[in-house]
Amino acid sequence: MTNELIDFTLVSVALLGIGIYGLAVKRNFIRMLFAIEIIINAANLNLVAFGRFLPHSGGQTLALFSIAIAAAEVAIGLSLIIVAYRMYQNVDIADFRSLKG
Amino acid sequence: MAEIVFLVLSVITIGSAIAALEMRSLIYGSIALMGSLGGIAGFFLLLDAPFVALFQLVVYVGAIAVLILFTVMLVKRELIFKKIEDKRRKFAGIGLMLIIMVSIGAVFIDSGIKTITTDEPPVNFRDIGADFVIYYWPALILMGLILAGTVTGALVLARRVDVEVDERTN
Repeated sequence: MTNELIDFTLVSVALLGIGIYGLAVKRNFIRMLFAIEIIINAANLNLVAFGRFLPHSGGQTLALFSIAIAAAEVAIGLSLIIVAYRMYQNVDIADFRSLKG
Repeated sequence: MAEIVFLVLSVITIGSAIAALEMRSLIYGSIALMGSLGGIAGFFLLLDAPFVALFQLVVYVGAIAVLILFTVMLVKRELIFKKIEDKRRKFAGIGLMLIIMVSIGAVFIDSGIKTITTDEPPVNFRDIGADFVIYYWPALILMGLILAGTVTGALVLARRVDVEVDERTN
């Protein structure tokens, strides 16, 4: 255990930046889901890192909850992609304008 | 030794996160995403959290990444290889990314986090089990219900109503 907390935090910040770049630039629904996954993983890394350095078991417990909820979110997101693809025959979110109401 | 492992893991994680977003093919992109998620699992091992690392491998690399791969396969072939993005927004996005990285990173480096080190033994995974059963059991039950609900909801959403009606009339 020679690495310090700041190293893990900086990796997490880099992943957050990449995820936000993906959300801002990409218009492909599936790629935006990738970006969301990357951001969630950055958060989990932070949780476990801070939990290790306290040390307290709460960080790991919360990370496990977060992973399980992320699984549910991906299931819903992918089924929404399938429904939208069936309606528009495309995965470009610019085509999903009628969802605006 | 741990530093070298850390460096390799961070290169794998960040590199494959970029590759997941930038690769032309969505299939290779999802495989790169798998690599990034596996790199995070390696970080968890480095942080003495083997239980969370295994959970990450099983849930993310085993289930979610495969689910994404199958969804990508359902999409038309030309859409898989087509890059859909705003050219004008690309530079703005890169600028946003750099601003976020530099500003939050500067805040972290400037704060007291740098001095935090620990010599204490890692958390035993039995404590996590005790946490789950003693303190967080209502949340655990709620999480199970949410998972069941979302999976059912996903199935209902993805069901094809038109096919069923056709079969019934036949």
